[in-house]
Amino acid sequence: MANSVNSDPATAIIAERGVIAQFARRKLALFGLFLVFLTLGAAIFAPWLTTFDPNEQMFDGLTLQGAPMPPGGPFALGTDLLGRDLLTRILYGARTSLIIGVAANGLALFIGTVVGVTAGYFRGWVGSVLMRLTDLMMAFPALLLAICLAAIFQPSLWIVALVIAIVYWVQTARVLFAETASLAEREFIAAERTLGASHTRILLKHILPHLVPTIIVWGTLGISTTVLLEATLSFLGVGVQPPTPSWGNIIFENQTYFQAAPWLVFFPGLAIVTLALAFNLVGDALREILDPTQRGRD
Amino acid sequence: MAGFFLRRLAQSLLILLGVSMITFVLLYWLPADPVRQIAGRSATPQTVENIRQQLGLDQPLWVQYWRYLGGLVQGDLGRSYLQKTEVSTLIASRLPASLLLMAGAIFAELLIGLSMGIIAALRRGTVTDQSLMIVSFIGVSAPQFVVGLLLLYVFAVQLGWFPIGGYGTFAHLVLPSMTLGILGSGWYSRMMRSSMIEVLRQDYIRTARAKGLNRMRIIFRHALPNAILPIIAMIGIDIGIFMGGIVVVESVFGWPGIGQLAWQAIQRVDIPIIMGVTLVSATAIVIGNLLADFISMIVDPRIRTR
Repeated sequence: MANSVNSDPATAIIAERGVIAQFARRKLALFGLFLVFLTLGAAIFAPWLTTFDPNEQMFDGLTLQGAPMPPGGPFALGTDLLGRDLLTRILYGARTSLIIGVAANGLALFIGTVVGVTAGYFRGWVGSVLMRLTDLMMAFPALLLAICLAAIFQPSLWIVALVIAIVYWVQTARVLFAETASLAEREFIAAERTLGASHTRILLKHILPHLVPTIIVWGTLGISTTVLLEATLSFLGVGVQPPTPSWGNIIFENQTYFQAAPWLVFFPGLAIVTLALAFNLVGDALREILDPTQRGRD
Repeated sequence: MAGFFLRRLAQSLLILLGVSMITFVLLYWLPADPVRQIAGRSATPQTVENIRQQLGLDQPLWVQYWRYLGGLVQGDLGRSYLQKTEVSTLIASRLPASLLLMAGAIFAELLIGLSMGIIAALRRGTVTDQSLMIVSFIGVSAPQFVVGLLLLYVFAVQLGWFPIGGYGTFAHLVLPSMTLGILGSGWYSRMMRSSMIEVLRQDYIRTARAKGLNRMRIIFRHALPNAILPIIAMIGIDIGIFMGGIVVVESVFGWPGIGQLAWQAIQRVDIPIIMGVTLVSATAIVIGNLLADFISMIVDPRIRTR
């Protein structure tokens, strides 16, 4: 038993605390997980869930006056200003959001982990420089920075992911810095050092595995934040560019018409809130289960 | 404490210097040429070159930055390329609107967030508590523009209670403040709830109860003032969050603040304005964080000794 804990502390931490069993007892968390799978299903099975093409501008998709069709009839959620089926665009838009949630958030998590762990473990001038850099990033008006960056690079899906990662890595870095710094002072790390273990070995074998729960929690919550950022950038027209459907740019394209056709704002908006809520619920439950400082609270 | 204050102040100035440097470099790299924007489509290459020289944009990056910094020290943010006005004048004319919105937003956030948090804490574990916490979750999961547009649709377009965007009267302030209030209250209500639960657990509350004090008096006189202390520091952080997202809410509601100024400037590549608004926002964020630190030190003497 002691040996198995030694070989893989991350798995051990998760097994020991009965994370899955605890998670299964939380109704809200399970509801969040259900919403996650719902969105995932929409993204993967989009071509089979709808008979329309997301970019097809249909002649019968507009009324005789040229206005978008309201929900109901052949177009379940109505059509947009160009006569495209809204449901189809929302289903395909789930792909955009999830790609951002995985790519942007993954990259942010990676940068944040590298910076946070390096600064927390080595301290000294390397640590100070890195942490002053995070102070600097915290002082930036996040959205203005993202808009400027998006304007410098011509925005494509991957560029938007990169921009979001550049803006968002700081949070993770700060949390992991604090945790690494306190871990690095613990006796078992000092013992390893006395035994002559290299920095790489200590970092990979002893520090990083203990950070896994925190990384999981921040990784999950970060999906919500990055999805919201993408939606906001796309809403302003500097994020994912049409015709690629994204929930934010659907609202951007149809905004001028929203008084007459509120469904063009309501349904994509609902999709954004659903996905962000889903990952927030799951992430929050994971934090309560995995974070030892949260124990005994509710 | 004075030493701590000075050190933090110096740090903040360095941070702002860093922000100005990074923003300057980023804007220098913008692919759009501001001189072409100023000169217009029909300008000859000679005119374009003349304007470039006039503005000093033909100089190397570090020379331009040094010159900018020189102005900055004297409170000069440069001149707008297109509006032919001092950037500081433009920002000064827009700042009151943004500050008014900030006050409205923080008021709405506190009103909604604190009452939700207090009720949830007092009804802890009940259906009321759970529903309130679900609402607060939805609050932190919704983007500003969705909530803003929905509020506009329901209360301005359908019910006609408030104007559809714009600025001037109290009625104009309600919907944008509510948008930010609904979203921001999510954090406040969760913090207020846990802080209140923590305080209600303390011995002095039990003593008060044992003395047979009236329940309302215990809650409002003994528990609330203590539970609210950690929340006050949060307001400082909130100023930063507000400044970070101001572009969206101002563009949804057509609110003539610095967010809208920046947004228009970005579309027209009016670099001095973008630069100025970024610096003003960053300053507000830094001041907000400083305030948060000092307020926590003042209200909680335990932090002072650290």
